[in-house]
Amino acid sequence: MADVIKPVPEDASHKPKHFLRRYVFSTDHKVIGIQYWLLALVSVFIGMGLSALMRLQLAWPGERFALLKAILPHAAQSGNISPDLYLSLVTMHGTLMIFFVLTTAPQGGFGNFILPLQIGAREMAFPTLNMLSFWLTFVSLLVLLTAFFASAPNVIGPIAGWTMYPPLSAVGEIAGPGQGTGVVLWLLSIAIFSVASLLGSINFITTMFKMRAAGMTPLRLPLTCWAWFTTAGIALLSFPVLLAAGLLLLSDHLIGTHFFIPASEYVSGQLMTAEAGGSPILWQHLFWFFGHPEVYLAILPGMGLTSHLLSTFARKPVFGYRAMVAATFGIGLLGFLIWGHHMFVSGMSPYAATAFSLLTLVIGVPSAVKTFNWLGTIWRGQMRFTTPMLFALGFVSLFVSGGLTGLFLGQAAIDIPLHDTYFVVAHFHLIMGVAAVFSLFAATYFWFPKMFGRMMSERLGKIHFVATFIGVYAIFMPMYLMGIAGAPRRYAFHYNPATGEGLQYLAGLVPLTRFISYAAFITIAAQLVFIFNLVWSWRRGARATDNPWEATTLEWAIASPPPADNFGDAAPVVHCGPYEFSVPGAARDFRMQDEPRGAASKQREP
Amino acid sequence: MSTTVNSESKVNSASTGAGIHSRGSGGGGNSHKPGDGDDPWPPGFTRDDAIEPNKFRIGMWVALASILMLFVSLTSAYILRQSKGLSEAHDWFPLRMPGVLWLTTAMLLVSSITIEMARRALRRSRYGWFRLLISLTTLLGLGFLAGQLQAWLVLVNQGVYVYSHPHSSFFYLLTSLHAIHLFGGIIALLIVTVAAHRLRITRSKRNAVDVTALYWHFMDGLWIYLFVLLFFWRQ
Repeated sequence: MADVIKPVPEDASHKPKHFLRRYVFSTDHKVIGIQYWLLALVSVFIGMGLSALMRLQLAWPGERFALLKAILPHAAQSGNISPDLYLSLVTMHGTLMIFFVLTTAPQGGFGNFILPLQIGAREMAFPTLNMLSFWLTFVSLLVLLTAFFASAPNVIGPIAGWTMYPPLSAVGEIAGPGQGTGVVLWLLSIAIFSVASLLGSINFITTMFKMRAAGMTPLRLPLTCWAWFTTAGIALLSFPVLLAAGLLLLSDHLIGTHFFIPASEYVSGQLMTAEAGGSPILWQHLFWFFGHPEVYLAILPGMGLTSHLLSTFARKPVFGYRAMVAATFGIGLLGFLIWGHHMFVSGMSPYAATAFSLLTLVIGVPSAVKTFNWLGTIWRGQMRFTTPMLFALGFVSLFVSGGLTGLFLGQAAIDIPLHDTYFVVAHFHLIMGVAAVFSLFAATYFWFPKMFGRMMSERLGKIHFVATFIGVYAIFMPMYLMGIAGAPRRYAFHYNPATGEGLQYLAGLVPLTRFISYAAFITIAAQLVFIFNLVWSWRRGARATDNPWEATTLEWAIASPPPADNFGDAAPVVHCGPYEFSVPGAARDFRMQDEPRGAASKQREP
Repeated sequence: MSTTVNSESKVNSASTGAGIHSRGSGGGGNSHKPGDGDDPWPPGFTRDDAIEPNKFRIGMWVALASILMLFVSLTSAYILRQSKGLSEAHDWFPLRMPGVLWLTTAMLLVSSITIEMARRALRRSRYGWFRLLISLTTLLGLGFLAGQLQAWLVLVNQGVYVYSHPHSSFFYLLTSLHAIHLFGGIIALLIVTVAAHRLRITRSKRNAVDVTALYWHFMDGLWIYLFVLLFFWRQ
């Protein structure tokens, strides 16, 4: 092995020359991060389109739309959405959003791009593995989308919901269109996704352990890095469980085992199992052992980013840095102990339900620690209301208004009447869906200059924020009321005022349902502002300086966009913690992490 | 901004003043030496990174944690399915264990010893021994897989298939998942074995041997665990 080290010219940033190596099969964590981000962007728009179709159906059931007939000539033959199609929309909307947006974008997208920069590394620990996990995710998305066309020419995918509860998801086409091949494709997609996610987690954890710059001690890490690290740990321990459950269900489908099909099960008048059988509850346990930590996969990076942004734009250190790190770990750990609160109506023992209720209350403690620390961080700060700051504040607001109802639903006695109503839909959309998406918006506005070297338009950003913030509250707050009124989830419609079909006791909710649909359409339209802003800023935005936000962490110490080898030959050396804002006596109101201690400053080193 | 001499100067402070702002100008004295200009390594990487041993060891431990989790969740499914309270009718018919499994278990145990000896031989630079032992490990691994296949055939001849009853379903599923994982280890071993016979044991290959040995021991332990779970841990 040649050990001759030749000097390298200044500008040699090891950028691959070939187009495919540079942009497609790249091992550069920044390129992979952008690839993940684009994949999530495509998924979120598909998922949002599906929700628009659902809202159309819910508000005007039975109405015939020429548009629907045009885009779905077989599935919506007469121009309205059949219950099967509606359930398929629900399933695909949930799956796309949970896996390909909320799991992918914060971790694979921004984590990949930013984490190595923030810890001062030149790359992720295993660049080739990183590329592999992205392309597996991509394949998994394609497989999922083909599930839509499994029962061609009908465009109806699996109809069992993103939780894919057996036995109806285990017995094949007899349980409905898309429940045969559609479910098999869905399971394959999720299995591939799990493997990709595991490879990504291995990479993140090793990178955090091994690739930190000199002086980057654990307590000098930005809170975003702690959040990504914890998230990777959660994914590492929860995705194998989903994979295991998926393999069992897949073998029920393909090999004819009976892991989840119970004894004497009749579906559509046909006996499924001759003798004894398996247990659908087993699936629920395995699924939610993954499913509840999954919620924190989606929200923890958003929490880390919110802490980061509130500190940066209030020009104050994060209030209670150590408590924030502890709360992040606390949430990660407790997230594994409370899956049972999704299963209160499964016939669970009341003692077990009480234990799960209590643990669910306990997870409110670290969540409250975080919320109060956020308020402490912005308290008497010199606020700069930039677009990323607005979205971070919006995150806190949504986290509170979505999170407080979690305390209701975590109690078995209250959950049982509210279970499977719109109350639950409002709860998880606010806290997990919209709050996490707000953090993704914040991340996009905040890091866009670093990713593409140009600023996004602040004016359009603020219009986007105001419209989206009002819009999501207008959509989801009324759903709480619908839930309390007893409106069930997953129904293709509640009450049809034209024909008088449906649930009579919900007849009074028709105007509210229509209001939600109008709010949804307006909010969806507002996202076009965001897309326009992205494209316009990418081409025409003002050139970004290295550190446009006057932030302190290492990614802002290099050019925007960073060179292919990040810090190049000048490995950064970290001298202080990540939130040194408004240091008394300092020349400017922030101190970069790689800035050596100045003579004037007498701050303690964390 | 002048750098005062304090405790921080212990860390590598090649940068003057504003740290990495002075990129290139004061980059001397850095511990991270760039590799050749036309390196095959990814951007920002040098040859030193690719053979950095701890990175691979940590990565492997992390990966093992997730593999463990996969089998732990299948175990919980197994135990739940086996318990009598779950289904109304009792349908748990234990398999008669194919005798060949004793042989495969022994082979895997011996292979764990041989790979450890191979690793130590390599550390002491006894290449002849290393070649022999690593080849032996690979052969034992392949032998194990052949034995597992034989066990399946024995069951198939008895008319016991995957879907026959829950115990057989779990048996086939767990053994095939283990075999798939072990097969990954065999591919790694084959790469090292071929390299050993072509006398190309570079530093990166030594790391590969270390990490593969770790994985192989884990697969060995996992098989013992599954063997006990499937045939001896029984009500």
